[in-house]
Amino acid sequence: MSILQLKSEVYTAIRAHGEETYPHECCGALLGTHDESGWRVVDSVKAGNTRTDSAHNRYQIAPIELVRIQRAAREKGLEIAGFYHSHPDHPAQWSRTDFAEAHWLGCSYVITAVAKGKASVTNSFLLAGTTEEDKRFEQETIQVEASGELEDVQEVTSIKDQK
Amino acid sequence: MTIYIPTPLRTYAGGKDAIEIGAATVSEALNSLTNSYPELRKHLFTSEGKVRAFVNLYLNDEDVRYLPEKENSQVSGKDTLSIIPSIAGGTF
Ligand SMILES: [Zn+2]
Repeated sequence: MSILQLKSEVYTAIRAHGEETYPHECCGALLGTHDESGWRVVDSVKAGNTRTDSAHNRYQIAPIELVRIQRAAREKGLEIAGFYHSHPDHPAQWSRTDFAEAHWLGCSYVITAVAKGKASVTNSFLLAGTTEEDKRFEQETIQVEASGELEDVQEVTSIKDQK
Repeated sequence: MTIYIPTPLRTYAGGKDAIEIGAATVSEALNSLTNSYPELRKHLFTSEGKVRAFVNLYLNDEDVRYLPEKENSQVSGKDTLSIIPSIAGGTF
């Protein structure tokens, strides 16, 4: 299983975003760097959900917003490492729609289940494969990276305990 | 012009995130790009040679699909072309 490293601020922010937009789906991009062990995400960018017709069970990020996110990431020396969205009152598992609409091979798709307004499980799925034809989602281990202080380490432990 | 390559396609573009290309139109730029990096072709185009439905092309801040001349739109040195696969999903 590959590992997705998330800075604790990012982990907190994407889960809070899901609570904020509940009962609608939230979505956004994850920015970071890549090395042999996988993605290390240091920043996240909130995006608007353009599926206002069905925002409780669908999300879509406007391409122009992605263009701007990609440009901004590049200026900071970061890459788009993946995307996140929420599943209001649904498990944190990828759906058929998520799979059909996933095209960023090698990137991480992070899903947070938001139950009755409260963020519960957060899972990450790597879009593995090399083409549209052989793509597949592989669950990843999320490693929340503390900023080095003791209280943050404890916070990470408590996050693990909740799972 | 500068073509911005999205994360998933960089392995097929020599690891680069941006590529400088001299071209007069969007389609010329894409041709020149895929001539230099042939592996990109199947990721950008269908077997009939059309841009794949989930691949968005933005000339500066404009969706090429909605430009009057689409892929025949003229480009110059300062223009940027962003290749952006779409992002969407849902709960079921
Ligand atoms: Zn989903």
